[in-house]
Amino acid sequence: MERYYQPEIETASREQIKQWQGERLVKQVRHVWDNVPYYRQKMQEKGLTPDDIKGTEDLHKLPFLSKYDLREAYPYGLMGEPLKNCVRIQSTSGTTGKRVVAFYTQHDIDIWEDCCARAITAAGGTDEDVCQVSYGYGLFTGGPGLNGGSHKVGCLTIPTSSGNTERQIMFIRDLSATILCCTPSYAAYLGETMKEMGLTPDQIPLKAGIFGAEAWSEEMRQDIQKTLGIKAYDIYGLTELSGPGVAFECSAQTGMHINEDHFIPEIIDPQTGEVLPDGEQGELVFTAITKTAFPLLRYRTRDICVLSREKCPCGRTHVKMSKPRGRSDDMLIIRGVNVFPSQIETVLLNQGYPANYQIIVDRVNHTDTLDVQVEMTPEMFTDSVGEIEKRQKELVNGLRAMLGLTAKVTLVAPKSIVRSEGKAVRVIDKRKI
Amino acid sequence: MSVKQISVFLENKPGALADLTRTLAENEIDMRAFSLAETSDFGIARIIVDDLYKTTTVLKDAGFIHAVSSVLAVKIPDVPGGLSHVLAILNEENTNVEYMYAFLGAQAGSAYMIFKVAGHHKAAAALTARGIRLVDQEELSEL
Repeated sequence: MERYYQPEIETASREQIKQWQGERLVKQVRHVWDNVPYYRQKMQEKGLTPDDIKGTEDLHKLPFLSKYDLREAYPYGLMGEPLKNCVRIQSTSGTTGKRVVAFYTQHDIDIWEDCCARAITAAGGTDEDVCQVSYGYGLFTGGPGLNGGSHKVGCLTIPTSSGNTERQIMFIRDLSATILCCTPSYAAYLGETMKEMGLTPDQIPLKAGIFGAEAWSEEMRQDIQKTLGIKAYDIYGLTELSGPGVAFECSAQTGMHINEDHFIPEIIDPQTGEVLPDGEQGELVFTAITKTAFPLLRYRTRDICVLSREKCPCGRTHVKMSKPRGRSDDMLIIRGVNVFPSQIETVLLNQGYPANYQIIVDRVNHTDTLDVQVEMTPEMFTDSVGEIEKRQKELVNGLRAMLGLTAKVTLVAPKSIVRSEGKAVRVIDKRKI
Repeated sequence: MSVKQISVFLENKPGALADLTRTLAENEIDMRAFSLAETSDFGIARIIVDDLYKTTTVLKDAGFIHAVSSVLAVKIPDVPGGLSHVLAILNEENTNVEYMYAFLGAQAGSAYMIFKVAGHHKAAAALTARGIRLVDQEELSEL
């Protein structure tokens, strides 16, 4: 039998959901108008006042927010509450110039954790379960979000955070963890490691996994399900909107239910900004209608996907989104970390390298690899291997400081990176997702 | 007294070294000494040639990244202990050898060693003072 964390909300009638959305949107627009001068000005530029927004049918009139606005308004410009009402920040993985710092009141955190609790319950979690959270804890939203959701469900929570694979496996086995939360690539890695240790799926106590923060394919899901002997569920979210749990998968495994009582989704044409009808592929835009400390309206996620309102066998009535099928900008997600090619370029230029480079992303043994190829220059070259390796290492360190992940740096011969006519091909993504 | 060595950057991929040697051959450049230093990522070919100016011009035109540096060329009797004697002197002078490589001259009975050391002039003076013969560019070109 399908279980729900908040059945009256998750299976509410469409009319009910629409009514909640309308009321909450009107209230939220007023809240933003009164407390976020940055957005108020954007509304004024379009000749709008809160009185123009009478319900969800007026949503399309509101101006968009994008990563650009987050940067412009950094750090406090989009806050909807005085600092004294806030209890937490979370932040996206260290990205100079593109860093997002999101603020939360206690109520915002409750909303977020409720969303995560819905996801855990949809994956079969109850207070009888042992939930191991192997997402990173800290500024990254993965660990704190699922940790809070796990508490709300009443699972025994093991906050292992990421890394230290041996210890992860020890806890899974010794404390009989039944639910695993981490990135899909780490789940695959844990599975491979346990297989190498000679463990068969029936010797692994896990029964479900909640995996997100990076793109993964249906084939990868099948692989993980087989090696770990579990059912693998997808989860979606972004720091700007709270974190994981904005949408989550149910037993049907055919898309993720968006928590529409907190977030109104729209699909737009990324070029024109026009709202597209349900079922069409386009850029996903979210309006947060309940959280007050960081209340983003019409936030452009840059994720390309499709919404479906087909009746779901699980009984939930909230709209489903497909896995993101791409990006409308050049952002890469590597091992769960957001990476913009421009960040890599900044590091290269700072260290005196030419702007001619290529980024090669691949997935080896279910783990993303990042290889930055740079052309050797006469200025950089010396007859000493040690000296060149030292510079290579400085570059690796510089990239780690900027991106928060380790890249491989390969020095290549001059002119060996193909010059394309027009827009340079900076990124070669070989991952099959 | 020193000798000019040309170091050439080689990407770690099949044919990189052959590209270099072909370029040199096509321009009739004669190598006196050759050594290769490599890491898993890239290589450095270190060569000593008969015509330094021509070679650097050719490499530049062909798009090879290269650098010229001064190294010591030492003539060593081809007998057991020949190299050890030279290294002992450098050691006494606290001179660190960054790298070295050997090559044979046409003349039987002598070997030549190339040394890249920290403190080039000091090392050269010490070796000369102890009767070790350093070879100059001209002599090397005529070998």
